[in-house]
Amino acid sequence: MYKISLRERVPSTTLATRNTFPYIMPDSQQESLFQQKVDAEQKIEPRDWMPDGYRKNLVRQISQHAHSEIVGMLPEGNWITRAPSLRRKTILLAKVQDEAGHGLYLYSAAETLGTGRDEMVDQLLSGAAKYSSIFNYPTLTWADIGAIGWLVDGAAIMNQVMLCRTSYGPYARAMVRICKEESFHQRQGYDILITLSKGTPEQKAMAQDALDRWWWPSLMMFGPSDKDSPHSAQSLKWKIKRQSNDELRQIFIDRTVSQAEFLGLKIPDPKLKWNEATQHYDWGEIDWTEFNEVIRGNGPCNAERMAARRKAHADGAWVREAALAYAGKKSKRNAA
Amino acid sequence: MATTNEKDWPLWEIFIQSKRGLDHKHVGSLHAADARMAIENARDVYTRRNEGNSIWAVRAADIHASKPEDQGAFFDPADDKVYRHPTFYPMPEGVKYI
Ligand SMILES: [Fe+2]
Ligand SMILES: [Fe+2]
Repeated sequence: MYKISLRERVPSTTLATRNTFPYIMPDSQQESLFQQKVDAEQKIEPRDWMPDGYRKNLVRQISQHAHSEIVGMLPEGNWITRAPSLRRKTILLAKVQDEAGHGLYLYSAAETLGTGRDEMVDQLLSGAAKYSSIFNYPTLTWADIGAIGWLVDGAAIMNQVMLCRTSYGPYARAMVRICKEESFHQRQGYDILITLSKGTPEQKAMAQDALDRWWWPSLMMFGPSDKDSPHSAQSLKWKIKRQSNDELRQIFIDRTVSQAEFLGLKIPDPKLKWNEATQHYDWGEIDWTEFNEVIRGNGPCNAERMAARRKAHADGAWVREAALAYAGKKSKRNAA
Repeated sequence: MATTNEKDWPLWEIFIQSKRGLDHKHVGSLHAADARMAIENARDVYTRRNEGNSIWAVRAADIHASKPEDQGAFFDPADDKVYRHPTFYPMPEGVKYI
């Protein structure tokens, strides 16, 4: 009998031998059983046998996702004190608060795979772990907060709706919760842009400028093109991902064009054109050099974001220590 | 915290996952001398008709709960934040997929 704890760190080989199978199966046999389960749309749960690659891939993806939620608070946080009204300020606060929660749900899901929270946070702070490239762009005007909600949350939702069907149970469950909360994020952003685009010529120009700057980085959020994404095929086979980067990107474009038209704004892509034959929009080419530079740490705000995270973590150290000291003192008093 | 009489079997709260992919849901409680007995008894009490795919047993004494008498004040921060709901932002006619 084992203690049921999702937080203990167990290598998958130990997990395998702890299974209730009457004998220890060879890995190859375990792996084919695992794949059968995945193919039959059965969720994989923390204590199931899983290939090491599956576990590693998930830890990387879920922790990157968590880091993105956390770092993603910074560009929007930049405008909380300068929101144009109390109404917009409370809304933005609520949204940023949600993103913190999303980070926590995701770290917890990753922890069920045996990687500790501290380890993941360290990887973010040391620069070893990545987060979404989009958050390395600056928020220059209030219209950027509208564009982020509309496009950045919009693109994230596409990905997250897909991940509600991911094969790993705890990840899928976290995604269901997140998707429910996301629904107001995109709307509040679009609502800001409706207001600006109906406003003065300067306000409308501000909205257009935000779209001009955020459009291409938003498309980059779906990741490299399928032909340059070596891990994609394996992720699809394991049903961690259910749709490819390019598929999701295309659906996003198809859905967003009419939304831009409604605002009277122009998407900054001269090649964007409806294609009757494919029933999709044709569109231009992503600047992959820019994408790779931002991923490599050379985006406009990479250094600033990392510095802000490191400072927040260091500034919070005394709080973490004080809470532990207080809990220790209290339990000593209760024991006495 | 409740003190357990050494002679009594402690109370365990039982959580059952009915199907892979779903949350473990609280189904009830039972007394058992240790975790193994709690899980085996939970199997016999709560999953006789294949209701379960996985069982969690937690000592009832280890569960901390919010206080019913504070319920109003404790949860009221969420009461006046209607803007956390998508319905707060009616989308104009003709706007799709948001
Ligand atoms: Fe989020
Ligand atoms: Fe969001």
